[in-house]
Amino acid sequence: MIWEAISKLGLFPAFLWPPFIVPVEPGGVTIMKTFVNGLMSGQLINATLVSLQSLLLGFVISVVVGLVLGFLIYSSKWIEDTLGFVVTALQSVPNIVWLPLAILWFGLGFSSVLFIVVLGAALSITITSSSGFKSVPPIQIRAARTMGASGFQLFRTIIFPSSVPHIISGLRLAWALAWRAVLAGELLGGGGGLGTLLDMGRSIQAMDLVFSIMIIIGIIGTLIDHVVFLQLEKAVLKRWGLQSNTA
Amino acid sequence: MMADQIVLENIHKTFISKRNEPLHVLEQVELTIREGEFVSLLGPSGCGKSTILNIIAGLESPSSGQIHVNGRSISGPGNDRIVVFQEAGLFPWMNVLDNVMYGLRLKKMKRKEAREKAIAWLKKVHLGKYLDAYPYELSGGMKQRVAIARALVMEPEILLMDEPFAALDEQTRMVLHQELESLWRETGKTIIFVTHNIREALMLSDRIVLMKTRPGGIKKQYDVQAARPRNPSDSVLVHLEQKILVELEDEMEKVLREEFGIDYSLKKNNIHSDSRYDMGGYI
Repeated sequence: MIWEAISKLGLFPAFLWPPFIVPVEPGGVTIMKTFVNGLMSGQLINATLVSLQSLLLGFVISVVVGLVLGFLIYSSKWIEDTLGFVVTALQSVPNIVWLPLAILWFGLGFSSVLFIVVLGAALSITITSSSGFKSVPPIQIRAARTMGASGFQLFRTIIFPSSVPHIISGLRLAWALAWRAVLAGELLGGGGGLGTLLDMGRSIQAMDLVFSIMIIIGIIGTLIDHVVFLQLEKAVLKRWGLQSNTA
Repeated sequence: MMADQIVLENIHKTFISKRNEPLHVLEQVELTIREGEFVSLLGPSGCGKSTILNIIAGLESPSSGQIHVNGRSISGPGNDRIVVFQEAGLFPWMNVLDNVMYGLRLKKMKRKEAREKAIAWLKKVHLGKYLDAYPYELSGGMKQRVAIARALVMEPEILLMDEPFAALDEQTRMVLHQELESLWRETGKTIIFVTHNIREALMLSDRIVLMKTRPGGIKKQYDVQAARPRNPSDSVLVHLEQKILVELEDEMEKVLREEFGIDYSLKKNNIHSDSRYDMGGYI
């Protein structure tokens, strides 16, 4: 309501503060109209798909890299002191800071975006997974050892599944980081996708387009967090007996 | 006469404390356990009874001394000796059946065969209806029964139990005592049972090994020559209980003095009058 009122009052020109639903003059711009048109024409959908593709690919790579590094850090004190320290240090650098370097190495576009995503998400997964592996209840390890489990078998059958709740929260965090990294990367480094479209919207001063994209970004972020990760986390916590349940 | 199965010779175990002082957990432990025997290690906390169990299990190694099981020196955990812990230590992401099948699957047993064996053992501990349940849905006593089934399904020669019933309420514990006794009679396994509860030790064991503290070690051993199934009011048990309590008082006084100060002395009458009621709780 307030939004609509401000846009009607004419405090700002319509291209800076476009109305949401009701146009100022008949046939004028509204965010809703641009949003729907964008979806219909495929422009927004294509950009969304491009972004999701980078996100998904980056995320999958991050999970693999993160779990392997997490395992290495868990399995050796020496690696923990060296690699573990580097990982923590790198993680405290916001990943967008790497973009200039990434652009020099990989050029503008998809690869640079992917690099930023993996850097952010993989480090975060490394840290959460290695701490997850370390916090497995010793009694579960002892019980498994007494039944004859050892070495990688012990890791695969007990330590990894036992740290799944930890890892899921880590993945959820990493996913949010990755989503931010995709958009920031695309915004500055190109590569198509929503971020690039957002930058285009800025340069042609089409605030209706910018807002439409922001809506999509918000919807996707919320949807994945709530539908995928929150549900997964709930189910896992219940199964692993970490959530008090009276039933 | 059954053959000697587990032989501990001159076992010492020393930890280095945080202040860099050596802590003698076990000194000069000599213990021989025969095949099929039910032996309890009884003593107050800090007497090293769990350490002995872990050494036999292969989860810890002694600082010095020899340990032989069936004539072979042991160097690590083995599935001829399975431990049941105080907290059941079930794997929460697996259902009851998968928990019991875990060890068999490690041995590369076929899924179908492992399943059949696991179900048979779960029926023996009266959990046949809970195959698909997850550990968070079970009570403490049920979890311990799963843990016992998970150990016995491996058909170990030796079952090591580390205060398995200490966290349970009295009623559940009594039921599980009966179940354990009949499982033991049925299978003829050697059982080593760590406890701080005198009545539990009396009800279950052929022999009670009384432990001492500072330094930890064996103080005395008692054969329990009472008829089975045991009856708590059996005069042999009542008499033995008094004998053990007297010995234990010294140990408890040592521990309590350390905790409460040097001038603390145990009120002897107090413990005796209460002992009929629930003597285990005082140690």
